[in-house]
Amino acid sequence: MPRMKRSAKTVYDWLERRLQLEGPVKDAVLHPVPRNTASWWYVFGSAAFTLLMLQIVTGILLALVYEPSAAQAWNSLQVLNHQIPLGWYIRALHGWGSNFMVAIVFIHMTQVFLFGAYKYPRELTWIVGVFLLLMTLGMAFTGQVLRFDQDAYWGLGIGVFMVSRVPWLGGGLVHLLLGGPTIAGATLSRFFTLHVFVIPGLLLLFALVHVWMVLKLGINEWPMPGRVVRRATYVAEYNKLAHEDGIPFVPGAFWKDLVFSGAVIACVAVCAAVFGPYGPGGMPNPSIIQTTPKPDFAFLWIFSILAYLPPALETPVILIAPIVAIAALVTLPFIAGEGEKSWHRRPVAVLTVTTIAVAWGVFTHLGTFTPWSPHMDAWSADTLPAKYLHDATPLVREGAVVFQAKQCRNCHEVGGEGGMRGPALDDVATRMTPDQMRYKVVTGGGNMPAFGKNLSPPEIEALVAFLETLHPSNVPPAVDAAQQAIEKNGAPPPSGGSD
Amino acid sequence: MVERNDSPNLPSTGPEIGKASELASDREGPRVVSRRWLLMKAGIALNGLVGIGLAIPIVRYLFAPVRPDNTYKSWVSLGPENDFPMGQTRMVTFKNPWVRAWDGPTDDIPCYVRRTGTSDFRVFAINCAHLGCPVRWFPQSQLFMCPCHGGVYYADGSRASGPPERGLFTYDYKVVRGQLQIDAGQMPTLSNTAKLVNIAAPNQDGDCPCRG
Ligand code: FES
Repeated sequence: MPRMKRSAKTVYDWLERRLQLEGPVKDAVLHPVPRNTASWWYVFGSAAFTLLMLQIVTGILLALVYEPSAAQAWNSLQVLNHQIPLGWYIRALHGWGSNFMVAIVFIHMTQVFLFGAYKYPRELTWIVGVFLLLMTLGMAFTGQVLRFDQDAYWGLGIGVFMVSRVPWLGGGLVHLLLGGPTIAGATLSRFFTLHVFVIPGLLLLFALVHVWMVLKLGINEWPMPGRVVRRATYVAEYNKLAHEDGIPFVPGAFWKDLVFSGAVIACVAVCAAVFGPYGPGGMPNPSIIQTTPKPDFAFLWIFSILAYLPPALETPVILIAPIVAIAALVTLPFIAGEGEKSWHRRPVAVLTVTTIAVAWGVFTHLGTFTPWSPHMDAWSADTLPAKYLHDATPLVREGAVVFQAKQCRNCHEVGGEGGMRGPALDDVATRMTPDQMRYKVVTGGGNMPAFGKNLSPPEIEALVAFLETLHPSNVPPAVDAAQQAIEKNGAPPPSGGSD
Repeated sequence: MVERNDSPNLPSTGPEIGKASELASDREGPRVVSRRWLLMKAGIALNGLVGIGLAIPIVRYLFAPVRPDNTYKSWVSLGPENDFPMGQTRMVTFKNPWVRAWDGPTDDIPCYVRRTGTSDFRVFAINCAHLGCPVRWFPQSQLFMCPCHGGVYYADGSRASGPPERGLFTYDYKVVRGQLQIDAGQMPTLSNTAKLVNIAAPNQDGDCPCRG
C-alpha cells in the first residue's frame, strides 16, 4: 500500500510540475466567502453550469446518430426514438435538460437581481450573465429547429416573418437566416452549425469568464437593509466581511451547490424517464397544413403576445421591444451600480420582478391553450348538446346545421365545446336581440368576419332563429326597447311627422 | 508550492518564468529594443493584412445566400388551367424551383388557387400575412383561417379579422399553353412583397401595379 501511495504521489508530482495547477485551484477552492453566502439561495448559478455540462454530454451523444440534413433529420430522430436502445432517453434528457436550464438561468437571474449582486464591482459579471441568458434562449430556439418537425418548420417561419419586418435589411436578413430563399436543407444546416458549434462555444467561453469573475470578485454578500454599496469603500468592506466572518468556499458553501446540482440533474433524469422525449411531431412537409404550430415552453409567452398585439403596434413592438429589454438589462448595473442591495429597501425592483413574473405566467398559461386560435375541426367534430335541440322547430334545427356547417363553431363555444376566439354563445339571446344578431352576422365587426356574402337570407333567418333559443330557461331573451314599447301599448307610439 | 522542485530544468512555479526583472533585454541597448518593437509591429501588420485578405472571401462566402429576390424566383407550373373549376379555391403543391438535393420534404410548397374568371386567377401564398403560419381554406364559410393567432381572411384574400395587417400574399401568374404558372421560389414575407399584391389596402404605396 505505501508503495502504491508513493508511486501515485510521484505521478501527481510529475503532472503538477508540468501543469502547475495546484496553486490557482487551491486559491479558488479555499478563498474565504462571507459566512451567510453559504445559503440555499446561492445555488442556482452552479446548477445552471452543471446543466450546461449535461447538455454538452447528451448533445454529443445525440450527434452520434442525428443526421443534420433536411431530408433525413426527422427520420434520424425516429431512429433515435424507436430503434436505438435508450436513444429516446438521451433525447429526453437533452430536451428536459434544456427546459431546466432555461428555468434555472431565469431563476438565477431573478435571484441575482433581487439580491443586488449586479452592483459594483460585479457589473461585468451581470452583463456577461445577460449574454449567457440570451445564448441559453438561442440554444433553446435552435434546438427546437433541430427537432426538425412541423413545429420547427412553422416556428422558423414565424422567426423569418419577424426578421422580415426590419426596414430595408429585412429581405437580406431573411436570406442570411435561411441560407436561401425558403426554409430548406440549407436552413437546417446553418441552425445545426449555430446549435452545435457557434452558440455552445461562445456559451462555454462566457460561462467560464462569468465563473472566473465570481471567483475574483467574491460571492455577493447577503444583502442587509442599510448596508449600502459605495464605490469608494465597498471592496474594503467586502474583504473585511469575507475575512473576519468568512469561511472557505469549499466545503462551507460548496456542499450546498453540490447537493442542489445533483438534485436538479436527478429531476431531469426522472422527468426524462417519466415524460419521455419531445416529439418529433409531424414531418416537416409544408404541404401538410393540418397542423397547429406552437413554440416550445420557453417561447410560449412571445407567441401569446403576438396574438394580442394590435396590428398597428406589431412591427414596432417586434423590432424595438427586444432591443429595449436587452439595453435595459445591460445598462442596469450602470444606472443602479451603488446603493441598497436589500430587497427590503428596493420596492421598485420587487415590483418589477412581480409584474414580469405575473405577466409571464399569464401569457405562458394563455399560450398553452391559445384561446385566440380557431378550433379548426370544431365545426365537424364538436357535438351540440341535445337540450339545445329538444322540441326545436325545423327552422331552429336548420339554424343549428348552418351554425355548424358555416364554421361558426370554430370560434364560438356552445356547451363548453368549440373555439374561444369569439364569445361563447350559450346565452347569446340574453345579450342580443334578433336584429342585432342579424346585423352582426352579416357585417361582422371586431374580430368577427362578415358572413353577408356567404349566407343566403334563409340561412341567416334559420341561424338567427337558432341563436334566439340560446338563453337559460330562467332568463328571458333580450328585446328591442322600441319593440317592447309597442307590445306594451298595443299600438305604435304616436309619431309627430309623416313617413 | 507544496512540493520541492527537484528537477533543475523545470521552474517550480509558473509566474517565475520570464519575470520581467530577469529579462536579458534589460541589459541591452534601447536601439536593440526599439528594433524588436518595430519588428513586432511589422508582424502585427502582416497578420492584419493576411486577416483582411482572408476576411474578404469568408464574408463573401457567408453572405452568399443574400441575393436580389428575383434571382431566386422562376415560373413554376401548377398544372393545366382546366384543373381549377370556376369560382372555387383549391390547394395545390408545387416543387420549389430553387432546390438542393438534401432538401427533403421541405420543397413541397403549397398555395391556394382561386379561379375568378375564364382566365382570371388569384394564387395565394399558404403563409399567413401575420407571421407565416399555414392558413386553411374553409369552402363552406368561404374563409381562410390561421391556426396560430386566429387571423381570418375572406375568399378574395382580404383580411377579415385577427392580427394580420393585410390580406394574403399573392403570386404573379400567367397562363402558358393551357398551363397555369406562378412566379415562385421564395418564401413570401413582408420584406419581399414588392411583386406581391397588397389586397387589404390597394392604395398603399409599394403596391403592385399588376393589380386588376
Ligand atoms: S400567423 Fe396567422 S395569425 Fe399569426
